[in-house]
Formats: sequence, C-alpha cells, structure tokens
Amino acid sequence: MATVTTDASQQEPELKVVEDATCTFCGCVCDDIDLTVKGHEITKAKRACVLGTAWFLNHSVDDRPSCLIKGQPASVEEGIERASQILTKSRYPLMYGLSDTTSEAQRVAVSIADWVGANLDTTTSVCHGPSGMAFQGVGEVTCSLGEVRNRGDMIIFWGANPAESHPRHFTRYSLMPKGMFVPNGRKDRTCVVIDVRKTKSANTADIFIQLKPRSDFEALWALRALAAGVELEAAQVLADTGVELAVWQDLMDRMKASRFGVFFFGMGLTMTRGKHANTEALLELTRDMNRHTRFVCKPNRGHGNVTGADNVVAWRTGYPFGVNLARGYPRFNPGEYTASDVLARQEADAAIIIASDPMANFSEPARQHLKSIPYIAFDPKETPTTRHAEVAFTVATYGINVPGTVYRMDDIPISLRPAFECHHPADLEILQRIEKRVQELIALEAPAENDNSSLRPARDLANGVAAE
Amino acid sequence: MSKTYIIIPGRTSQQGVGINEGKFEETYQSEISVLQVSEEDMAELELEAGDWVRVTSEHGQIEIRVKAAKKGELPAGLLFIAYGDYSSRLMGADTHGSGMPTSKGFDVTMEKIAAPVE
Repeated sequence: MATVTTDASQQEPELKVVEDATCTFCGCVCDDIDLTVKGHEITKAKRACVLGTAWFLNHSVDDRPSCLIKGQPASVEEGIERASQILTKSRYPLMYGLSDTTSEAQRVAVSIADWVGANLDTTTSVCHGPSGMAFQGVGEVTCSLGEVRNRGDMIIFWGANPAESHPRHFTRYSLMPKGMFVPNGRKDRTCVVIDVRKTKSANTADIFIQLKPRSDFEALWALRALAAGVELEAAQVLADTGVELAVWQDLMDRMKASRFGVFFFGMGLTMTRGKHANTEALLELTRDMNRHTRFVCKPNRGHGNVTGADNVVAWRTGYPFGVNLARGYPRFNPGEYTASDVLARQEADAAIIIASDPMANFSEPARQHLKSIPYIAFDPKETPTTRHAEVAFTVATYGINVPGTVYRMDDIPISLRPAFECHHPADLEILQRIEKRVQELIALEAPAENDNSSLRPARDLANGVAAE
Repeated sequence: MSKTYIIIPGRTSQQGVGINEGKFEETYQSEISVLQVSEEDMAELELEAGDWVRVTSEHGQIEIRVKAAKKGELPAGLLFIAYGDYSSRLMGADTHGSGMPTSKGFDVTMEKIAAPVE
C-alpha cells in the first residue's frame, strides 16, 4: 500500500492510494484495483469496471445509526441483546444470506446457527443452488480462472451474460488475455454465446446461438448425442430447440477440435424450468467431451463472496447450503431447508439476514411471512430488508472498510485490502458478540443438571433435554 | 383472451450500479420498474415507450411502464425485466424441491392499460 500525503492544510483529509485493492461486488473478485482515497471517500478506482467503480465510489460511511430497533436508534449493545433474545427464544430460526461478507464472519455465523439450532441457508439457493445439487449428482470437471486465461481456446457462455453481470470477465480471464498456450489472446480463442435473447455478451461472440426459451435441457442432450456420434432427426431437433441440427453439429465439431474448452454458465440454466436437471446435463456434456479433448465447466458466480459462503458452510456442516441444524447435526435438503421454502411455507418464526436482501427478491408469500416475524438484518446500506427488520445493524463494508478473506468464483481465496476505517462495526464483530451472548442465554435457560455449555444441540439444552 | 408471453427477469449493469447507489435511489428504481418488449410486440399492442401495461402471471400481477428492447435483442413473444420488486411479484413460491423458485422463463399475459392516476 502506498500512501501519499498532500501539501494542503491540516483540515484537508489525507490523500492516499491503495494499490491492488480487491473489488467484492461480483464473483470475479478483481484484486488489481488502485484506489485513490480522500478521507472517508474513494474518489477513483483505477481498472475497475462500471460495477466496480459504482461499488467503490458509493460506499462512503453511511450516516445512519449503527443499530436500529424497530426503526428507532439504539446502541449496538442493545441490538446485540435483542438479537440474541430473538434467536434463543425462537423455535425455528432461519439464518440466511452470507454472500457479501468475509469468510471469517461466515464462519462465526455458522457457529451461531449451530448454537440456536437454526435452518441455515445462503443466497446460493436462489442463484447456483441447483448447480450445487448437480455437482453432487454428476461431479465437476473444473479448473481455475488462471487456467482458462492461459489455456482456453473454446469459450462457451450458456445462459450467462457477463458483459452486464461480470464486466471484466472477458478482459481479465476468459477472452482477451494473452496466455501461455493462447499467445495471441482473443485471436486464439473461439467465443460462443448460447442464450434465449441476444444479450450484450452475444455481441462479443464469434457464434451466437439463439435457443427457443425453456429448451436448454433438450439442446444439451442433443449435444450429448452428437458427442457420442448418435444420429439425430433434424426436424425433431429444430422443433425441440429452435435451432437447426447443422448448427449444433458445427458447434460439436468445433468443440471436439478445440484443445481446451470451457463452459461458463449462468442463471439462464438454474432459474429456468429444469433447474438442476439443466445443469446436470451441462456437467454430463462436459464430462462426455473429455473423451475427445480437454473440457471444463464453471458457474459464473454473482456476489463477491457467495463462493466463500459455499466453502465455509460446506467445511463447517458438510453441505454447501440449505442445511438444518435443529437436531444438533446437519441435514441437507434443498426444497425443505432452503430459505425461500421455509419462509413461503410460514415455518420460520424468526430470522437473521446477513448481507442480503430477500425482501427485494423473494417471492411474495416468502416476503410476506418474513415481514410478519421478528428478524435481524445486517447491511452497510438501507434496503427493503433492513427497513422491516426488528433489529437492523448498519455495518462496515467488507473490502472497503473491513479486512478478511473472500473466495473468487473459482474457489481461490483472496485477501482484502481495506481503503479506510469506518465507525460502524464489522459483521464479524457483531456476530462474535451475538455468539457469546447466545451461549450465555442458553446456559442460563438450561436446567442445572444439563448445564454444560459444550453440549449440543442448543435447542435440546434450552429445552432441558440432554443431548445424546 | 390475452396473448401469452414468456418473461425473462435478469441482471443489467444499470441495476448493478443502482444497487451500489442505493435501492431507494433513482437509478435502481427506474431500472427495475420498466418492462422491455420486442419491437414486434410493441407494434402489435400499439405500445410506445412510457405506455403502461398490466402483466399477469399465475402468481401475481403488476402494472408497469414499457420500453422497446434494443433491435434484435428480444424475439417476439419474449419480455425482459431487471430483477427487483416487480419481477418478484410475478414469481411463484414453489421451488419444486430445488430451493429455487422458477424465476426465469415463465408465462405471463400482457395488456395495454391507461396510465395510473398519480
């Protein structure tokens, strides 16, 4: 980090440059941004994309109170006490979010979920959750983005639009870089975009294939058949996919002729009818292609540390999302223990929402139920979720004010280099204090003969039932 | 009977910029509260940019302004809207055992309406 002090008067805020700062807005997690910082404001973010620039330039210190209880200013201590009371008194608490905070904070959050026997879910369930299910069913032929940069000569984006969601994907990782085995960069790579609409990303492609809506599964299985040399009926393929068989055959020929093929896929597959079955088909096609050449498949992850959420929840519970801890051991069942379902079925009676905004993007039944129960929210900014929270913490922004670790979309952990300090507490600090208070409350509520705070599950302790 | 369309909620860079500026600010609110319609569908319903439509799914209904999609971006019969409150109101809660509601590519009907009284 280089710091340059200005010649201005003492009243002028210090001017400094933070080199190689990390942008945590999207899953690209670009760690080569040079920030010009003036006091509590970032005035320039060199090399950042349009989203990264907006991220850095719009996260100065928020002047809201660090804690609101029922919309009224309160101390952080009062907020921690109220939050702990809500969580320990709940019979079915939901913990949700976690994709825009550090892995250190995620780790503590999972501990709290364990203590209170919560249903634990992350934003993965409503982005690449179906991909997580498919990885478990099929397996994942994968690589790092560095390998894509140095080797990838056939880059296929399926149901993904990085030109709008990950603007530096092309220039930093997948298309433009001159790599070890693709020395001419873009000239050495073929780019294919497959989507139902002609997105901005399609303008970058050498080949754009416009699918009939809701036909991803059929198209992927047509390609699997072609990979295996199975003859297909042209009229049927056209009717099923909206694309001529000759187009698919040409694509397959190019895929087989490539040296290192890469599928990047997005929510065009996971959010559309078929969901995990669509992703399974793509993973199976990737596996099939390895009989002919080298091929890998990667999800384009959205939030800055959603990949970290998957990693942390997996290494703490054994499962990446949708985990229920009520019995004192983890159970995984998407559809049963995922946040959208738990809320829409009106099962949760309290919630703790960390770094996400379900009040903006969940279904109406889920949102109505969340609105009806006491919940705690963490966010650097005011959102529809913080507005309805019983306890709302205004927190410091990870990567800008808070150090720590995040995982890039290819599971590479990257350290953060904060730009300036903030008077709001970090997620990690509040979560650590909530965990401590939750432990105290559970110990107080447990009968004396069972008063062993090392025993779990917490719910059994609270109910006076000895853990087996 | 109203014609059926397929709606694709999705991400846009303006929506991403708006999230950073604040979800109650103009950039985000204006981006999520407009429906993109193909030129062909605009002509068929005699719509112009800024006109209002009522969009109805199996699970909800919204009234929203329209604008023409960029030339060639949307085929006839396909609608696009940036993720946000409006798109969520059309989405069902059932995740079919996956945890993920069907958030893209579901059927809706669309009809032209008069602008709501302010």
